[in-house]
Amino acid sequence: MTLTLLILIPLLTALAVLLCKGLKQVRTVSLIGITAQFIFSFILLYVYWKGRASGNSSQFLFELNYTWFEPLKIHYHIGIDGISLSMILLTSFVVIAGVLVSWTQEFLNKEFFFLLLFLSAGAYGYFISLDLFTLFFFLELAVIPKFMLIGIWGSGKKEYSAMKLALMLMAGSALVFVGLLGLYFNTSLNGEHSFDLVEISQMHIDAGIQNIFFPFAFIGFGVFSALFPFHTWVPDGHSSAPTAASMFLAGISMKLGGYGCLRVATYLMPDAAHHYSPIIILLSTVAIIYGAFVTMMQKDLKYINAYSSVSHCGFVLLGIGMLTQTSINGAVLQMVSHGLMTALFFAAIGMIYSRTHTRLTKELGGLLKVLPFISTVFVIAGLCSLGLPGFSGFVAEVTVFMGSWENPDIWYRLATILACASIVVTAVYILRAAGTAVMGPITNNHYQHLKDAKWNERLAAGILVTGIVAIGVAPFWLYNLITPDTEYIIQHLGKALTLK
Amino acid sequence: MNMGIDFFILMKQEWAVMIVLFILLFIKVGSKDWTNENILNLVNILLLLNVIAGFFGYKEGILFNEMFKTNHLIATEKNILSLGTYIIALQSYPWLKNNKNILEFYILLLSTLLGMFFMISAGNLLMFYLGLELSSIPLAALANFDLDKRKASEAAFKFIISSAFSSGLLLFGISLVYGTTGTLTLSALPEHLYGSPLQIFAFILLISGFGFKISAVPFHLWTADVYEGSPVTVTSYFSVISKGSVIFVFMTVLYTAFKSYAVTWYNILFILSVLTMVIGNLFAIRQNNIKRFLAFSSIAQVGFILIGISGATQAGSASVIYFVLIYTFSNLGAFGVVGLVSAIAGKENMEDYKAFYKTNPMLSWVLAISLFSLAGIPPTAGFFGKFFLLMAGAGQGNYLLITIAALNMVVSLYYYLKIVKAIFMDSNENPVKKLIIAPSPKLALFICVTGIVLTGLISYVYNYIFSMSIGI
Repeated sequence: MTLTLLILIPLLTALAVLLCKGLKQVRTVSLIGITAQFIFSFILLYVYWKGRASGNSSQFLFELNYTWFEPLKIHYHIGIDGISLSMILLTSFVVIAGVLVSWTQEFLNKEFFFLLLFLSAGAYGYFISLDLFTLFFFLELAVIPKFMLIGIWGSGKKEYSAMKLALMLMAGSALVFVGLLGLYFNTSLNGEHSFDLVEISQMHIDAGIQNIFFPFAFIGFGVFSALFPFHTWVPDGHSSAPTAASMFLAGISMKLGGYGCLRVATYLMPDAAHHYSPIIILLSTVAIIYGAFVTMMQKDLKYINAYSSVSHCGFVLLGIGMLTQTSINGAVLQMVSHGLMTALFFAAIGMIYSRTHTRLTKELGGLLKVLPFISTVFVIAGLCSLGLPGFSGFVAEVTVFMGSWENPDIWYRLATILACASIVVTAVYILRAAGTAVMGPITNNHYQHLKDAKWNERLAAGILVTGIVAIGVAPFWLYNLITPDTEYIIQHLGKALTLK
Repeated sequence: MNMGIDFFILMKQEWAVMIVLFILLFIKVGSKDWTNENILNLVNILLLLNVIAGFFGYKEGILFNEMFKTNHLIATEKNILSLGTYIIALQSYPWLKNNKNILEFYILLLSTLLGMFFMISAGNLLMFYLGLELSSIPLAALANFDLDKRKASEAAFKFIISSAFSSGLLLFGISLVYGTTGTLTLSALPEHLYGSPLQIFAFILLISGFGFKISAVPFHLWTADVYEGSPVTVTSYFSVISKGSVIFVFMTVLYTAFKSYAVTWYNILFILSVLTMVIGNLFAIRQNNIKRFLAFSSIAQVGFILIGISGATQAGSASVIYFVLIYTFSNLGAFGVVGLVSAIAGKENMEDYKAFYKTNPMLSWVLAISLFSLAGIPPTAGFFGKFFLLMAGAGQGNYLLITIAALNMVVSLYYYLKIVKAIFMDSNENPVKKLIIAPSPKLALFICVTGIVLTGLISYVYNYIFSMSIGI
C-alpha cells in the first residue's frame, strides 16, 4: 500500500488537465482523478482499520522512509495514524465537492482546475508527512495556489485579499521555519541532528529550549488556523475567494494550522505546551468570543461564515491548549466537523450568489420558496454550525467542552464557560441570517424565475451533508479512529511532566 | 605524468575558453562573409561544447608555485559559470541578431569569463587580483555595448569608476597583507595572520573591496544604475555570473586565508547580511523599472548568500554553491523573459507587464516560476536553496539572524507577487503584444525552467556539491 499515491493522483490529474482542451474535457478529467482519490481514501480507511484490528499497534501505519538529502538528514518519511487519516478523509470530501461546484467555471478553466488539484496535492502531502522538512515543504506549497485562485477568479477587493493572505501565511510559515530549525539543531542522535517526527518525539529536548521555540512553531501554525490576533486574513481571504477556493481555504487550509499545532508544536515540545497552555487558552477564548460577536455585525453571507470560522477554529486551539485527552479528541473532531460544515456553507452561499448576484442578507429573502434545495442545504449548514444535535458540530463542541472541564483549575473552567456561552451568540447570528435570507416573503420579483440546484451542486452538497450526518449520528467510528492516537499524544505529554 | 600534460589537464577549462576565443578572433580577422545568424549559432555550439568539456577529466593539482590550483569543487564552480554563460549567450540572440559587432561582444564576454576562471583558481592574492581585473575591465565595455544609448555610457562609466575604486581597496589590502606577513599564498597566510592592527586594517579593506564586487549594502550604490543602463543581457551577466564568481572567491579567501579571524568575520557578515537583505528589499519594493527591480532583488539575494557563507561549515559552503547554481537558473529565467520583452517590444517598465498573461501565457508562466524560485516558494529549487542557506546559518546558533532572514523572505515575496499580480490579475488596455521567439532563447528558457524544477526535487545535485565542499 503506497501512500505516495495520495500525492501522485492529484498531481498527475493536474498535469493531465494541462493537456486538455476546453471546459468539458478539463472538468471531466478532474472529476475522474478526484473520484479516484476519493475512493482511494476510503480504501485507505478500510485497510487501516483492518491493520488495527489485526493488532498492529505501531504508532504510524504504512510508513515509508526514503533518504532525500543525505548530508542534512532530510528524509521523505510518510505514514498515517488515525488523526492524519481523518484529515485525509476530510480533504477528499472537500476536494470532490469543490470540483463539483466549480463545474461551470468557464474563465481560464484549465488554470483554475490545475491550481485546485495542485493545492489538494499539497494538503495530502502535508497530512502524511512524518518528516518536518517534508511537512514544511507541503505547508508552503499550498500558499501560492491560494493567492492565484483568489487574485484571478475572486470578487470584490480580490488583489488586496490575495496579497494579504499570501503574506500573512508566509509570515506564519517563516515563524514555523525558525521553530523547526531550532528543534532540528537541538536534537542529537549519535551526534546527528534529525528532522524526523518520530525520532524527535523520542528524544528529550531541554525545557528551556522548548520554551524558546514553541511560540515560533505554535504561532506560525496558528496563523494558518486563525489564532487571535493573526486571524485578519481569514475574513478578507474567504470573502474574496471564488466558491471552491473558499471551501478549500476554510475546509482544508485552516486545518493545516490546527494539525501542525497539535502534531508538531504540542507533540514535539510537551514541556513548553504545558508552560504556554494558559496563553493559548486565553487567545483562543478571545478568538471564540470575539469571532462570534463580530459575526453578529456582518451583513454579507461570506463574511458571516468567515468570521464564524475564526470563532469555530478557536475551539480547535482551545481543545489543544487544554491538554486533556477528551479535549484533544474534541479538537480533532472539530477540525473535521468544521471543515465539512464550512465547506457546505460556502458551497450553499456560492450557489445562492451565482443566482441572485448578491450576498447581502437584507437583499435576500424568501429563497426557500424558489430554491428549496439550496435553502435547505444552507439551513443544514447553519444548524450544524450552531451545534444542533444530530450534526457533527454538536459532537465536536460538546467533546471540547467536556474535555476542557476536566481541568480543575478555576481559570480553565472560566474559559470553558465563556466559550460555551458563545454558542448562544452563534445561534443568534445563524438564525438571523437564515431567517432573513431564506425565510419570509420573496423580496425581489426577479427571484421568482431562479432555478434550483443542478445535479453537480446536488451531488456536492449531498456528499458534504452525508459526512456531517455520519459524524453527527454515529460519532463513534471517527472517535474510535482517533482515540488511540490522541491517547498516545497524551501519554507523551504526561511523560514529559513526570520527567520534570 | 610530467609537467607539460598537467599544464593542459589542470587548466582544461581555461584552455577551452581560450580556444573558443581564438576561433572567434580568427573569424573576425579572416573572413567577412559570415552572417550574424551563422556566427550566433557557431558561438552557441562552441559554448555548449565548452560546458560539456568542463564535466570531463577532473583532476586535482597546483601549478606555478601555487599561483593556480584546482580541484573538484573549483571545477564545479567553473562549470556553473560556463553553464550560465551558455544560457546568456542563447538569450542574447534576438538582441544581437541585427548588431554589427557580435564578435566583439563574445570576445569581451569570454575574456571576462576567462578572468573569472583564473580568479576562482587563484591560490595567491596576486593571481586573484589579476583575474579580477581581467574580468572587470571588459565588463565596462560590455555595459556600454549599446553605443547610441546615453544611459549605457553612464552605466559603463559608473561601473568602471566603482570597479576601479574597489580594486584599489583590494590592492591596498593585499599590499598591507604582504607587508605584514611577507607572503601572498592563501594557504600560507593563516600562520602569519595573528591580528595586529595593520592586519585588521588590511582585512577590513579586503572585505570592503569584496563588498563592492558582490554589491553588499553599504557598498551597493553603483548596482542599480549600472543594471538599469546596461543591455539586459549584460545586466544578467553582471547579476549572475560576475557576482557568483566573486562570491566563490570571497568564500575561499575567508575560509582559507582568514580562518583565524572566523569570529571577526562572522560578526561582520552578520551585520552585512542583515543590512543587505533589509535595504535591498525595501528599495526593491519601490522600483518601477523592471531591471532596477531585479537589481535590488539581487542585492537582497546576496544578503541570504552571506548567511550561508557565515555558516562556515561544509554544509554552509555547499549551500552557497548550490544556491548560486539555483540563482543562476532563476535569475536568468526572469532576465530571459525581461530581455525578450525589452528586445522585441522595447518595454522595460513594470506597468507594461500588466495583463501579460493574456497575450503571452507561456512566457508569463516562465517568469512567474522564476520569480517564485527567487522568492523561495516550493516546489521550485529556490525553496531548497534558501532553506539550506538559512539552515547552514542556523547551525551557528544565531536565531536572531535567522528570524530576520525568514521575515525578509516574506517582504521579498511581496514584491515578487506584485509582478505576478500585474501579469495575471491586472487589466491593461495596451498589453505587450504576442512575442515571436526564436528557437535559441526558447531553449535557454527551457533550460532555466528545467533547472528550477529539478535542481531542488532531485537531491543528487546537492549531495554531489556537498560531497566536494570544504568548511573551515
